[in-house]
Amino acid sequence: MNDDVLLLGEKEFNNRLLTGTGKFGNHGQIPKMLAASGSQMITVALRRVDITAQSENILEYIPKDVTLLPNTSGARSAEQAVRIARIAREAGCGDFIKIEVITDMKYLMPDNWETLKATEILAKEGFQVLPYVLPDLPLAKRLENAGAAAVMPLGAPIGTNRGLETRPLLAMLIENASVPIIVDAGIGKPSQAAAAMEMGADAVLVNTAIATARDPEVMGRAFDLAVKAGRAAFLAEMAEESTLARASSPLTGFLDGE
Amino acid sequence: MNIFVNGNKECTEPCTLAQLIAWKKLDAGALVIELNQQIIKQEFWPTTELQEEDRLEMLSFVGGG
Repeated sequence: MNDDVLLLGEKEFNNRLLTGTGKFGNHGQIPKMLAASGSQMITVALRRVDITAQSENILEYIPKDVTLLPNTSGARSAEQAVRIARIAREAGCGDFIKIEVITDMKYLMPDNWETLKATEILAKEGFQVLPYVLPDLPLAKRLENAGAAAVMPLGAPIGTNRGLETRPLLAMLIENASVPIIVDAGIGKPSQAAAAMEMGADAVLVNTAIATARDPEVMGRAFDLAVKAGRAAFLAEMAEESTLARASSPLTGFLDGE
Repeated sequence: MNIFVNGNKECTEPCTLAQLIAWKKLDAGALVIELNQQIIKQEFWPTTELQEEDRLEMLSFVGGG
């Protein structure tokens, strides 16, 4: 298939499944999952070191050919998100940044207003900004104008595995945005990832559903297949739905017809 | 002298950033350091002398979605 390239900023990706490093039972599962899923971009977070305890360096588990997508989780304001993004870049994580500003701790809803402000600042500084937002078409257009490399609307709240609860709103973004739409958060099953891709999403980001599966490696492969199937179906242009049945075989009489 | 590490006040002898990290037995490869809101690259740790009331943030990358 020749339309398999996903362009984020100026970087080309041949795989449309983005993954995350959170919630794995042990970090050794991460490189296996990456190999099985073919994912070429993975999220990481930045936190204060616990000085009293030895901690593992998560970056050691991510092969060099996989692009890092540091997130700004923990930020409660645009200013904090901007600060985290600058630190991540200085630390050698590249230009990609997932803006995640969360002020609501019950549903972990992204704060679209603060996210837009952070996107405006960081895009001007040369970051490839991937803002995580509630699906809202006017906001998505503002993010585009601000220079976002993609828009990442949620399917359902983080970690809920409830799938595409925001489907009609996602469809508006997919149909009208001129930057890639990556459905992030809430996707719990490969079938839901396939559904997002069938709708025309450019990619999906899946963390919890893979990391907390009994076997993250096999689940990574399952998501890869689902994303590929959904993408192929979208490109093939699906047949229309109909209320009444339409025969697939000729309806002319056979045994006792005229 | 007194410095602040990740928001906590600590008393230390005068030292460089590299010495402080060595004393704390931290994995330098995984560390990102901010000194008074300025990121200090690892190559400058041995020559960065800590001053009274300096505010250090010691950060590292962790799993996240």
